[in-house]
Amino acid sequence: MIEHQAVVSARGLSRVFGPIQAVRDVSIEIPEGTIFGFLGPNGSGKSTTIRMLCGLLTPSSGEATVLGLDVRKEAEKLKQRIGYMTQKFSLYEDLTVQENLRFIAEIYAIGGKRRNSRVEQLLQEFELKDQCKQRAGTLSGGQKQRLALAAAILHEPSLLFLDEPTSAVDPQHRRDFWETLFQLADQGTTILVSTHYMDEAERCHQLAILHQGLKVADGSPRVLGQNIDVHVVEVVADNANRARQAIGLMRQVSSITQLGVRLRVLIPKNIPDPATLVKQVLEQQQLVAQVNQVAPSLEDVFVAVTDLQAQAA
Amino acid sequence: MNSFLRCVAIMRKELLQLSRDRLTFGMIVGIPLIQLTMFGYAINTDVRNLSAAVADQSDSHLSRQLIADINASQVLKFTHQVGTAQELETLLDSGQISIGLFIPHDFDRRIVTRERQAVQLLVDGTDPIILGVGRQLTSVPVLFDTQRNARNGQNLIEVRNYYNPERRSSVNIVPGLVGVILTMTMVLFTAVAIVREKERGNLELLINTPVRTTELMLGKIAPYVVIGLLQVVIILGLGGLLFQVPLRGDRIDVLWASLLFIATNLALGLFISTSAKTQFQAMQMTFFIFLPSILLSGFMFPFDGMPDVAKHVAEVLPLTHFNRLIRGIVLRGAEIQSMMNDVLALVVIMVVTLGLAIRRFSKRLD
Repeated sequence: MIEHQAVVSARGLSRVFGPIQAVRDVSIEIPEGTIFGFLGPNGSGKSTTIRMLCGLLTPSSGEATVLGLDVRKEAEKLKQRIGYMTQKFSLYEDLTVQENLRFIAEIYAIGGKRRNSRVEQLLQEFELKDQCKQRAGTLSGGQKQRLALAAAILHEPSLLFLDEPTSAVDPQHRRDFWETLFQLADQGTTILVSTHYMDEAERCHQLAILHQGLKVADGSPRVLGQNIDVHVVEVVADNANRARQAIGLMRQVSSITQLGVRLRVLIPKNIPDPATLVKQVLEQQQLVAQVNQVAPSLEDVFVAVTDLQAQAA
Repeated sequence: MNSFLRCVAIMRKELLQLSRDRLTFGMIVGIPLIQLTMFGYAINTDVRNLSAAVADQSDSHLSRQLIADINASQVLKFTHQVGTAQELETLLDSGQISIGLFIPHDFDRRIVTRERQAVQLLVDGTDPIILGVGRQLTSVPVLFDTQRNARNGQNLIEVRNYYNPERRSSVNIVPGLVGVILTMTMVLFTAVAIVREKERGNLELLINTPVRTTELMLGKIAPYVVIGLLQVVIILGLGGLLFQVPLRGDRIDVLWASLLFIATNLALGLFISTSAKTQFQAMQMTFFIFLPSILLSGFMFPFDGMPDVAKHVAEVLPLTHFNRLIRGIVLRGAEIQSMMNDVLALVVIMVVTLGLAIRRFSKRLD
């Protein structure tokens, strides 16, 4: 990926709602044509940040330029050039698929023949041709999501904001959805997508992990894994529960995650040969287990950075 | 051009949604129908066919003429004919009649000399309306033929009833009802219009598009103007059909007055819409406009009879001004140009509320 100029550039973005600090001092740069992911649990400030970047919310402090426009002063100009897919389905449930798309077209001042051909094209592309006369409220989760994306890109924006677009969709549709996103990115659209799914985050070109309103890490998923300052030790034990208890007593361990019979143990980088250390502890307890040091997954990264954040606080 | 396209887009969308929302659609037609029949038939201060008895001791040509004239007014219905005042009292006591008419044997002489009242009405005064009828009946005899024979009378009060000679209250109520129904439906529909989008999440999408606040507001209002006019036609048409309410003024004047009033109410509704967070709140706020409108606008109670404070409040309500306009045009055949004060008042209220609504509405979420 060739790095172009930044499409989104935010410096020290913060937002308070009364006593609650929803977003704290977030700075990001999003290069053109990338799929940029916001990864974080609910309430981590993903939606608030996205809303500030599209000019829907005024930042309490900090600056942001999006497509070269100041989100504080030029929000209206910005709206013509960005697409936004809300977390909750926000098209009209009592209008049909076609009526919804035509309405959106007209709102973006696309009228007459251009409107009809563009709507027709989108119905084809998003496989909604059969549902075009169906009310949006009666669509399935996957169809609703395709319709919402079609509406968001109808006016061919160069920047697309997607706020947890796949939260109501099954895994198959999620895969298809990401195919579409990659196609859009190939055509030069920059996409900012928020998610709390690790597998989705893994697909992003660039990633920022948000936790309690703070950006705790950013970079490509691969780089994030390399930069993480913990070792990951995977333990496959016959008695995973007892192994877990035994390892939990080790003071060097910063976190344990159980995945079925497997345990993923995070141990700080400054401790040499962590696998042997874990093995010794398990042998003392006469527990049979396979212990290997492995490459960190994105989930490990997430656990590590949010854990560090919690310790710091 | 783009502005127009966007405005029309909102309008068309609103109409589509409206045509699919059966409840709202039912309200558009249902409320005028129900209210018209309710107010027209049930709230009835006309008094007709009160049961009465007569004791005619004179039994002369003139006395029979008097009875015939009272009969013709249809206010009283003579169910009994008795001989003495005592018998009338007995009937009153037993509740069989509400009014007794006693004509003394020297009735003819009393009419000519005018020294004493010629006849006596025995009235069941427990119901003030019936008492009022009794009072009014005292003026009936002066209108009939005997008047010629009694021209020298001093205390002859001639009551001439203009516009509503039959004293039917529906004539007054139906035009007033136009305003009441428009207030009820127009304010409510628009009050809910933007809040509904807020509640369903549509607004978050809408404010992220290039649509301007003014375009959004106008596009939301316009379909309801048509609906409001439809309601005016229903009410005045049915009012004429069911209650013989005349339309004495110019139809164009009715149209202008209604248009202005509808627009004012829609602006008021939008203002509520920008202040309320939920549809329920919007409905509650609508009641704060609706109740004083019904009570203070002169729809229920005559404006002139109200205390000053109430009058000042009433002047701020659009319905007060519309009531004057529509009653003037429909019942008196007045021209709208002769009531420019009320037209102006409506224009001011509309411009102020619409301005406030547009200012209050923010395309941001904070």
